[in-house]
This record gives sequence, C-alpha cells and structure tokens, in this order.
Amino acid sequence: MKKIFIKEEYCIGCRLCEIYCQVKHSKSKKILKAFKDETDMLSRVMVEEIGHNSFAIQCRHCEDAPCVEACISGAMLKNKNSGIVTCSEDKCVGCWMCIMACPYGVIRRDLSSRKVASKCDLCGDEEYPVCVRNCPNEALQFKDI
Amino acid sequence: MVLKLNQSEFEVDRDKSKCISCQVCVRQCSNDVHEYDEDDGNILSENSKCVGCHRCETLCPTGSIKIKQRESEFKRNANWTPEHLKNIYKQAQTGGVVLTGMGCDKPYPVYWDHILFNASQVTNPSIDPLREPMEIRTFIGRKPDKLTMSSFTEPGSNKVSYKSNLSPQLKLSVPILFSAMSYGSISLNAVKSLAMAASEFGTFYNTGEGGLHRDLKAYTANTIVQVASGRFGVDKEYLNSGAAVEIKIGQGAKPGIGGHLPGEKVNYDVSNTRMIPEGSDAISPAPHHDIYSIEDLSQLIYALKEATEYKKPVGVKVSAVHNVAPIASGIVRAGADFISIDGFRGGTGAAPQVIRDNVGIPIELALAAVDMRLREEGIRHKVSIIVAGSIRSSADVIKAIALGADAVYIGTAALVALGCHVCQKCYTSKCNWGIATQDPYLTKRLNPEIGTRKLLNLLTAWSHEIKEMLGGAGINAIESLRGNREHLRGLGLNEKELSILGIKHAGEAW
Repeated sequence: MKKIFIKEEYCIGCRLCEIYCQVKHSKSKKILKAFKDETDMLSRVMVEEIGHNSFAIQCRHCEDAPCVEACISGAMLKNKNSGIVTCSEDKCVGCWMCIMACPYGVIRRDLSSRKVASKCDLCGDEEYPVCVRNCPNEALQFKDI
Repeated sequence: MVLKLNQSEFEVDRDKSKCISCQVCVRQCSNDVHEYDEDDGNILSENSKCVGCHRCETLCPTGSIKIKQRESEFKRNANWTPEHLKNIYKQAQTGGVVLTGMGCDKPYPVYWDHILFNASQVTNPSIDPLREPMEIRTFIGRKPDKLTMSSFTEPGSNKVSYKSNLSPQLKLSVPILFSAMSYGSISLNAVKSLAMAASEFGTFYNTGEGGLHRDLKAYTANTIVQVASGRFGVDKEYLNSGAAVEIKIGQGAKPGIGGHLPGEKVNYDVSNTRMIPEGSDAISPAPHHDIYSIEDLSQLIYALKEATEYKKPVGVKVSAVHNVAPIASGIVRAGADFISIDGFRGGTGAAPQVIRDNVGIPIELALAAVDMRLREEGIRHKVSIIVAGSIRSSADVIKAIALGADAVYIGTAALVALGCHVCQKCYTSKCNWGIATQDPYLTKRLNPEIGTRKLLNLLTAWSHEIKEMLGGAGINAIESLRGNREHLRGLGLNEKELSILGIKHAGEAW
C-alpha cells in the first residue's frame, strides 16, 4: 500500500498541511467558507515542533493497528484490501480507547457534533492526500512502502 | 523621543474578507512583520519591518496578502531623491556604511536591451532545431595556436588524430555555468542544488571562496574551485578535487574591495569548510597580498598549475573596470586558460551600496572591449572568456556569445530559480527563502531536490530558446556564433557606444 513518508529535515513548520486537511474534512470543502462559517475545524495531521525541528505526523495506518484492537464498538477498522484504517463515525461511541492505544498520538476527539474519534483517512477519494499535495517543500511524500 | 526617520518601504495589504487567520504568514516571516492577536483572532502587520521578499504572499492559502510599494510623501525633488534622503538619515543615526545585497539596481542603460539579434529570410535558410542537429556544447580552456594532424595511420582507414598537445578543457553541455557563490554567503542546501543541477546537466558550479563541504565531494567533477584573497579552504586536496581552478581578483558588485563573512555566520560546518575557527570573522582582503603585478599573477597561476599537475584549466576572475581590456591581455599572457569578467550589475551577498551602485562598468561594454583587444593582439584563442554580471535570459546569453563570450555565468538568475525575490537583504542573514542564511530554521526551507529540479528546468528551457534563436539565424553550432557581431544590431545607441560594442545600428545591412 501507499503510505505518507515524513522528511522532517524539510518540514518548515508552515502548517499548510493542517489547513488543507481541515478544509478537506469540512462540510463545504471550500477554504474561505470552511474557515469563516464552520466551527471546531479539526486537522487530522499534526505538526510537532521543538525549536527549528518540526514534522507533520498523521495516522501511520499500522500493519497491526492497536486502535483496531482496542475499539469496543467495531468502528475502527482496517480495510484488508487498501490497508487504510478508518473510523466509522456512526458506530463510534466515543470511549477514546483508540486514543489511549495509539502509539503516535494521531487520533483526536471530534467534539463538534457527536463525540467521535477523528483520524487520517489518507483522503481515500484523492490520488494524493491533500497534506502531501499542498506541502510547499515536499516534506511529505506519498509512495509505496 | 525617538524620531522615526526611515519610513516603511512596503505595505502589507491584507484583504480581511479573505484572511482566515491561519498564521502561515506569522510562522514564515523571519522579520516578524505579522503578529497574531489571540484576543480578537486577527493578524496585524508591521509595515516598517517588511523587506518585500513576498514569502507570505506566496504561501498564503487564500491569496489575502498583497505586498505593495509604499511611496513616501517627500517633497518632490529630482536631485534630492528619497533614496539619498533616507540614506543620509540612516547614516546620521548610525555613522555606518550603508550595506546592501544583490546587484546594482540603478537605472543605468542595460545594453542587452538595446541590442537586437538577427534571423534568416529568403537568402539563407533558417534551421528547425527540433528536426535538425543543433550543437551548443562548449569547451572552456586554452586552444592551441595551430592543430597538427597526423597522417592517416593505415591506408583506407578514416581515423584522424592530432599531434598538437591540447590544454585541459572543461566540457559544457550548454554555455552556461553557475557563478561563484560561497557556502557561507548562501546555505548548504542552495550550494547542493547548484552542484546537483550542474552535475546532472553537464555544466559547472563554482565554490566561491567558501571551500568544499564534505557533502559536495560527490560533485567535484562539476566543480570549479576558487582561490580568493582570503585563501579559505584552500589546500592541495581542494585544488585537485575540482575540475578547474579560478583565481578571484575581483567581483562585479564590489570591484576593488574584499569580503567579510561575519562571525555569526561562521558556524561549525562553515568553519570546518573554510578551515578557520568557529565564530571568527572570515575577512578576504581587498587585494591578494602576493599579487601586485601581472608577473605576480603569473606566479600564482603557475603555482596552481604545478599543484594540479597541469591537468586542470586555471582561470582568473576580474571585475569589469575601466582598464579591463589591457588587464585581460595581461591575464592571458600570465598564462590563464580562461578569464571570467564580472560586470557592475553582478550580485553579492553584501556590499557597501555606494560601491555597488557607482563602481565598475557594464559587462556588455567590457566584454566587447576585451574580445576586440585580444583579437587585435592575436591572443583571443589562448583564452576562453566567461562573462557574468546580470545575465537575465537566454537572449542575454546569445547576445553575450555573439559579442565574443565563450560562456556565461549565472548567479542571480539561478537564485531566482531557487525562489529568491531579489529583496536585496542578503546581508541580514534572514533570507526567508532559505538561500542567503545559515539559520537552521530558514535553511530547511530550501529542499535541494526541488532546487535541483528548478535549476534543471531553467537550463533546459534556456537551451531550447538558445537553439531556437540559433536556428532562426541559420546557425547550427554555437561555435559559429561566437564573436559574430554581424548578427547583432544596436537600437537607440550613439556612435561611440556602437563603436565600443563593435556593432552596426539597426537598419544598416551587411
């Protein structure tokens, strides 16, 4: 499967990945409308920063995903064909066991409507995830393992 | 009370209806222009800090930022221009020399823009470079006085060989090289981009006076190593690792004066590469203290040739000054294999503004004068001429070659390809594009893989354009254009300018 690779030496900490991720997962999918009218926008990619070192991290879509193991409602599933781990929001009960289990800390609580777990879905319907496509310095790369 | 005598040069025009307060501008500006106000969620911009580098405008995801020139409302005066006034205010406050970066920006005539290139019509056919071979390969180095061919070795064989001893040559796939820009004045990622692009395209980059960083040893076959007055990073291994050696006497932006890399920029890596203590100022003296004459220069040229066992071309770089033609003649006689001439518009990482804007002569006139002088003396073949100092397009390249250059150096154009917006603040070390800085937060902004791709694209595009223009003029090899001034015509130039350039005015036939 294709995964997102992080080249932290070229991450410039601009956080455009976070911005485009929020737009992609907004209702309107339009940057101005989403940021002006929608509330509680949540990015599924997170930029970690200490001094001049920074990198953007999102779900690693682990082979043996602890979040899937931990899920009590069967919402968190790893697609056998694509390898993508997704959270089915209508099944999620918001127990946050996935957040406890995730070794990378890349699952967040989406409190905007129902309480559900929010995580990277690799922009399944796009050729490239938006964070990769919009990184101005190619610090994120989407390629086969 | 503190008087605010220096008004803002730029104005950050932020369209509030488009700004989403995402703070990309705040995070990207090394001059701290933008500030996020947590109380009301708005971003405020301090115009006086803006240098006009356009980093925020380029990265703003909604296009809400526009950087505008902010005209100061001085009483109009053609003599006492705002620039003079502002410099005096600045100097009255600081007592210092006004520093600047990049090349001269004054509205002196640009001769390239007054020269037109020829094309074929009816009496001589033009050539389509996409269908027919077009040769733009170039060799830099001393050419023999005559070529002695050996007779055919065997009857019936068509093998021909020459007896003459050829001097070492640099083979360029395009008559364009990357100018000398040291590691120190620009970031390692910038130098890596230049080195990787030169290596892949089959041309050369120049170490400047920065020494050779260990990461660049893979590209030594495409490296011209420079020996300048400070002799930074120079040892036998350095000289022998490059493809050619260049002695730097002068730089177009600051003829007659030396260089000064402030200690703050001399970090661990720079200090190792330059072979100087960490944190110490790297001062290049104005003259080489062992070169006070052409004879002294000859000694250094031959010392370097001895050190490299006569296997590498040794060149001399001088800035274009009033006496450049006789100086060039002396350099050829001193034994140089190539001469690099840097015009007064050439760039720099830092120079006193008064020098950059008032010293030296345009490269077009210097090139024409040098080429003419060497031809008159019958020594033009003994040397290759590389010109520098604001080559902005493939048209400038082709005009330079028709005026007599063998190849051109591009510095500013290469940096612009890497993202530079020519804000002229290289000397502050706060380059937002990760080029003229050693700040690790800023240098990572230049990904050398992207940089290399952009430089390769630029060289590819210019090569296509050069071939198109050559083909249009009915020429199929760049050799046939060199010094072929009949292909050039002046427009709007006076008799004296035309005679120095050695070209006819537009409208005059052969």
